[in-house]
Amino acid sequence: MTTQPSANPTPSQIADLTMMTVKPRSLWVDAWYRLIRNKAAVAGMIVVAFFLFVAIFANQLAPHNPLETNAGKSFLPPAWMEIGPNGRPSDPAFFFGTDNLGRDVLSRTIYGARVSMVVGFLPTIVIILVGSVIGLLAGYKGGQFDNILMRFTDVIYAFPDLLFFIIVMVTLRETFVGKLLNGLFLLFMALAFVNWVGFARVVRGQVLSLKEKEFIEAARCIGASDARIMFRHLLPNSLGPIIILSALTIPGMIITEAILGYLGLGLTPSTNPNDIFITSWGALMLDGQVAINAQPWLILPPAICVSLVVLAFTFLGDGLRDALDPRLQGTQ
Amino acid sequence: MGKYLIRRLFWLIPVIIVVSGITFILMHSAPGGPWDRDTTARQVDQNTQRLLNEYYGLDKPLWRQYVAYVIGDFNKKGEFVCGLVCGNLGPSYRMRGMTIQQILFAPPEGKNFLYSRFGYSMRLGVLALLFAVIIGIPAGVIAALKQNTIIDYVSLFIVTIGISVPNFVMALFLIILFASTLKWVNVVPRSWDEVSVWILPTVILGFGTMARTARLMRGSMLEVMRMDYIRTARSKGLAERVVVLRHMIKNSLIPVVTILGPALAALVTGSFIIETMFGFPGMGRAYVTAIGQRDYSMIMGTTLIYAVLIALANLSVDIVYSFLDPRIRLE
Repeated sequence: MTTQPSANPTPSQIADLTMMTVKPRSLWVDAWYRLIRNKAAVAGMIVVAFFLFVAIFANQLAPHNPLETNAGKSFLPPAWMEIGPNGRPSDPAFFFGTDNLGRDVLSRTIYGARVSMVVGFLPTIVIILVGSVIGLLAGYKGGQFDNILMRFTDVIYAFPDLLFFIIVMVTLRETFVGKLLNGLFLLFMALAFVNWVGFARVVRGQVLSLKEKEFIEAARCIGASDARIMFRHLLPNSLGPIIILSALTIPGMIITEAILGYLGLGLTPSTNPNDIFITSWGALMLDGQVAINAQPWLILPPAICVSLVVLAFTFLGDGLRDALDPRLQGTQ
Repeated sequence: MGKYLIRRLFWLIPVIIVVSGITFILMHSAPGGPWDRDTTARQVDQNTQRLLNEYYGLDKPLWRQYVAYVIGDFNKKGEFVCGLVCGNLGPSYRMRGMTIQQILFAPPEGKNFLYSRFGYSMRLGVLALLFAVIIGIPAGVIAALKQNTIIDYVSLFIVTIGISVPNFVMALFLIILFASTLKWVNVVPRSWDEVSVWILPTVILGFGTMARTARLMRGSMLEVMRMDYIRTARSKGLAERVVVLRHMIKNSLIPVVTILGPALAALVTGSFIIETMFGFPGMGRAYVTAIGQRDYSMIMGTTLIYAVLIALANLSVDIVYSFLDPRIRLE
């Protein structure tokens, strides 16, 4: 038997004890350390933070008003080209050049970041909430509810999702709902409608394996209510997969918005300077595509930005997966 | 196994009903109809529109139109015209006198099936898949064998780009690089019989799948390489080449083979942006055009073909897996 510490420890004994005990680290802190050791994930985080910053302060950062047209200054080449294919010299005031109406490409690209960031984050937050709750209920209660969810999932998976977005955007654009937020609201709804299923399935699977574990048994034994078991025990233990999935869903949302914008079905570019969302990267690429041969500077900034953001989120998501679930490291 | 297959195939029926139902509701809630959207052409006058509506049954209540599409209905002469249940995808409202199955599957005069719209999309999908497999599998194997070297990192970086950057953005980059700057390829082809015009669409369409294949192959190789039987194979003195080819690659191919079906379905159904960008005469572009023109039965028919293809591809995973891995039993 070990010796008991004396009833009244001297201050030096107390100091020894505190010296010896290591401060316990929670799983989350461990995961955080694993994440910040991953260089690619940190780079991804920095890029995401940068674009978030650009999106929030777009009106301060943009050198010009994105809607301001400059007569006689259309199709100016970017600052590093001395003379454009149409013979116009570049103007240092327009760093990435100007489009067909003489609008500043850099400012428009900066404003485009807003749409991508909002499309990435807002619907994701909504579907995390909806998907997790439904997944929890389906996994925990099982039975008929679970059955309906799984059949619904089958249908959603069979429906080609991009085609669904195209049909929804084409059909409902002209209606009242389709005009809210320049069409972004409808896009959010469509994205959320398709994507919550993935979350529900992941949470359901997690709950199915967790609910047989001893700690749930224990919680039930001491008389915890169903709601308490679900939200205090099952949900926190499924957070890892939820976080990983959200980091991988966000780039999917951004890509979808860009594709729809590129097809002319995303955000309706606005001409009202008071609007928050003026143009999107997809719409900019659509504008730039007509001049892809002669004026590639119109299409390159938004295309590079989309690629950068999506890559950053993917690296961040991969890093989160490795950090939160070390067993999976490098296998996928 | 047989029972399982039949049950899974029966599950297609509710999927088709729900998918067609959603599509039907959505497209009929769109403003406009098949006769009045083309503002560039001469407008169809009111009387003709009414006659056309009557002829195609578009004047009937919506539920009846839906039933007519799925099961069938009596036409003006009192003959029963069978619907979807007989494989009839309906008459096209834009290319009048042709049915959807003729538009999609019938080739032009004197050509074989591969020259139909579906055939073009299928060829593009198969080529893209071939590209993905031929590049992706060796890349994954090499990356795994040289794990944590510069080769591995470079291939991982390319793979991550391929997985995350959407294919139309990739297409824009490659068009600017190879077509406008280097002028190696022609993006506005005169004929799709030339070989060179297929290169860019194939590579762009297959790039994402290539990246996914390489990543899966690498992960699977890394897992297999640590197995005991690999150590056994080495310790009994087999040549390294035999160990890699016969023991590692053969075993790590299993997960890759299972995703080929869904990958092909995704490539055939997911090519419409690339098809639209390159003016490719395939099914995807026809679909996008049909949406703009409100060609109801064309939208419906194409969506259903896509949905069935995807559902069958998902089913193929289970079947292929049960062949390759005898431990898995389908119940």
